[in-house]
Amino acid sequence: MSISRPVNVVQRALKICGAVQAAFCARRMSSQHFTYHPTEPMKDAGATEKMNLFQAVGNAMALTLENKPNSCVFGEDVGFGGVFRCSVGLRDKFGPSRVFNTPLSEQGIAGFAIGLASAGTIAIAEIQFADYIFPAFDQIVNEAAKFRYRSGSMFDCGRLTIRTPVGAVGHGGLYHSQSPEAFFAHAPGLKVVFPRGPIQAKGLLLSCVEEPDPCLFFEPKILYRLAQEDVPVGHYTIPLSKAEVLREGKDITLIAWGTQVHVLLDTAALAAEKLGVSCEVIDLRTILPWDEETVFDSVKKTGRCVIAHEAPLSSGFGAELAASIQENCFLNLEAPITRVAGHDTPFPHIYESFYLPDRFRCLDAIEKVINF
Amino acid sequence: MFIHKKLFIDNASISLTMQAQYIAFRRLCLSLSRLSALGTRKVSVEKMVFPGHITNFTNKLELKKPEENQAIPIYRVLDKEGVPVSEDVEPQLEKDYVLKAFRTMVLLNTMDRIMYESQRQGRISFYMTNYGEEACHIGSASALDKGDLIYGQYREAGVLLWRGLTLEEMMDQCYSNVGDCNKGRQMPVHYGSRELNFSTISSPLATQVPIAVGSAYSFKLARNGQVVACYFGEGAASEGDTFSGLNFAATLDCPIIFICRNNGYAISTPVHEQYRGDGVVARASALGMVGIRVDGNDLFAMYNATKAARQLCVSENRPVLIEAMTYRVGHHSTSDDSSAYRSIDEVSYWDKKDNPILRLRNYLFRQGWLNEESEKQMRTDCRKQVMGVFAQSEAKKKPNPALMFLDVYQQMPTRLKQQMNATKEHLARHGSNYPLSAYEKFDVSAF
Repeated sequence: MSISRPVNVVQRALKICGAVQAAFCARRMSSQHFTYHPTEPMKDAGATEKMNLFQAVGNAMALTLENKPNSCVFGEDVGFGGVFRCSVGLRDKFGPSRVFNTPLSEQGIAGFAIGLASAGTIAIAEIQFADYIFPAFDQIVNEAAKFRYRSGSMFDCGRLTIRTPVGAVGHGGLYHSQSPEAFFAHAPGLKVVFPRGPIQAKGLLLSCVEEPDPCLFFEPKILYRLAQEDVPVGHYTIPLSKAEVLREGKDITLIAWGTQVHVLLDTAALAAEKLGVSCEVIDLRTILPWDEETVFDSVKKTGRCVIAHEAPLSSGFGAELAASIQENCFLNLEAPITRVAGHDTPFPHIYESFYLPDRFRCLDAIEKVINF
Repeated sequence: MFIHKKLFIDNASISLTMQAQYIAFRRLCLSLSRLSALGTRKVSVEKMVFPGHITNFTNKLELKKPEENQAIPIYRVLDKEGVPVSEDVEPQLEKDYVLKAFRTMVLLNTMDRIMYESQRQGRISFYMTNYGEEACHIGSASALDKGDLIYGQYREAGVLLWRGLTLEEMMDQCYSNVGDCNKGRQMPVHYGSRELNFSTISSPLATQVPIAVGSAYSFKLARNGQVVACYFGEGAASEGDTFSGLNFAATLDCPIIFICRNNGYAISTPVHEQYRGDGVVARASALGMVGIRVDGNDLFAMYNATKAARQLCVSENRPVLIEAMTYRVGHHSTSDDSSAYRSIDEVSYWDKKDNPILRLRNYLFRQGWLNEESEKQMRTDCRKQVMGVFAQSEAKKKPNPALMFLDVYQQMPTRLKQQMNATKEHLARHGSNYPLSAYEKFDVSAF
């Protein structure tokens, strides 16, 4: 039965080469389309350590495994450390019954995770790429999201968190680049969370783990190695359903999440320099349920709004934001709300730089909105 | 507790043994190849060393045909006349148990008839009967421990009845009234009970299979000595989730009993259009899982098989697959007329000649534990009991409509609160267009 263990080490090592390369090659093969803007160091959070995003995620999982004896971390290739290194060292430290590989089946992983959570175990499941979450769509949307509601709260799977690498990586093509958050934003019962860097990732992931509702946690894989911050080593959480105003401004509100936040911070600097426009930049952080108050307050103040995301334009989450802002800030709006997004095509390989809503497309949109 | 600790150690030492075996094979192969290099005639004792496999090579070109294997036999204790098939397997079950099992089967059958009619008269929106599968439910359920967690598909009402769900709770669910455990949110027959460890039914088929496996793994970690039982039909066994669930259970060594109710049809689709192999149980060994095929119309066979499966689950943390062969005597649901795809004669055979209730009745008569009179009395009592509850459930109001907004999340998000308040306001102005009188008062004050 388990005799294949020694040989698997070789297979796994080969697999690392393939998948981990993704993060490295991104930087080598294509020019990065943004500058990373680190989160301000946290006050009163105690000792810190330099961590990149994969280390911050690993650290959050290690803390969970340490503090909650009834917790598990699992998924495809999670045991040896994960193809993006997020779970490195965890199996050695916490044992193979709590940190383990599953068979290669996303619907199995999601279903298994729901069952663990429902029976009282804190389940942190990994889907290797967000592009491969669709086989688990039924389990996530029909089961996880509805588990509490349909049973009249007799049963729930609130102890469930599904983590998955997401977004453009430079050369990921159709199936290593997608941002499927909008598919899940249409599923009442789920919480959908999207950090922009290591400090955020750790605090938001720990919140997801402790939330009494099932959470989807999207990790921008291009930031796994590239983003470095002084992350507090102790336990802390960042509240869900709270957006963050990263740059205050008075002329226009810019909204994004994940990597795209950094693109908009770049764009805001460009807009100040080239157009003399003062941009307010908001990191939405939680897609579902999202922070209406922070967004509406900002747009009521600035009167203008540009929303940017990597996912395709049509029915992307920007559409939900735009419609809600229009309904709630109608009298304050000075120009149409504009969305800058991926095109309505599958995510292309060699055309990535023309596909992404980079700072120049965002700047162009700001210019048009300001001059409206 | 002690047993479980021991088990964990055993598991660890097993895998070490396996590693040692593997290294031994590598050495054997190496020495064999050295021997052949020295000019010794190479014999085909070489073992293959592909990862994860230990077997022989063969020089015989042979395509494996499934029909060359013997079909897996059906374990049976009573024949269809209710006579033990051999003295060796004489059921050792006590009179009280057997009578209670029989009564529960009759009660389920009685409830089915009344609720089916009730749907026909438009009193409830939907129903699914359990005709022909009563022994499969009661036999398996009675072999489980009360603390074992159960996941079902939808045709397992007998399991709940045996566990102690009251007729009132079942009918309240079907009527979606104030007593409905699901607060009126799910279709009829989607039962569940926290207290009785029966996870709430959902309509998507087979999703419960990997979920049940996760719960079994959780039990294993908690070392609580309990197992999980997971029911599904042979149609649901074609879903990807079933394969994933079975495979996860095997590779992650989970204490779970899968009970497949193979009743010959998935709505209109007969089994020969569902699969080409030897049913569902044949898949167990392919996944390294223990399996058994059982006569699902035989209460004792189901009881014995489940009992043995549970024993193995608890002592070895190994999953077991039971394929219960039975026949869906009723229509698939109240939305289905099964005469459109199968013959009346076929149904009639299983209803009249090989029926689980009839079989147990004959056994009880032979034992002298039941006679014409006591049977008649039992049936009258069951009917009275069902009718009494039926009238009560029907009279109850539907729940507070604001419950529509509760339990989506543990805490109601702002936007949802707004939608709830907007609904309240809308009903205040346009309430006359809605069936408010059938419901309890729209009340948002509680949340």
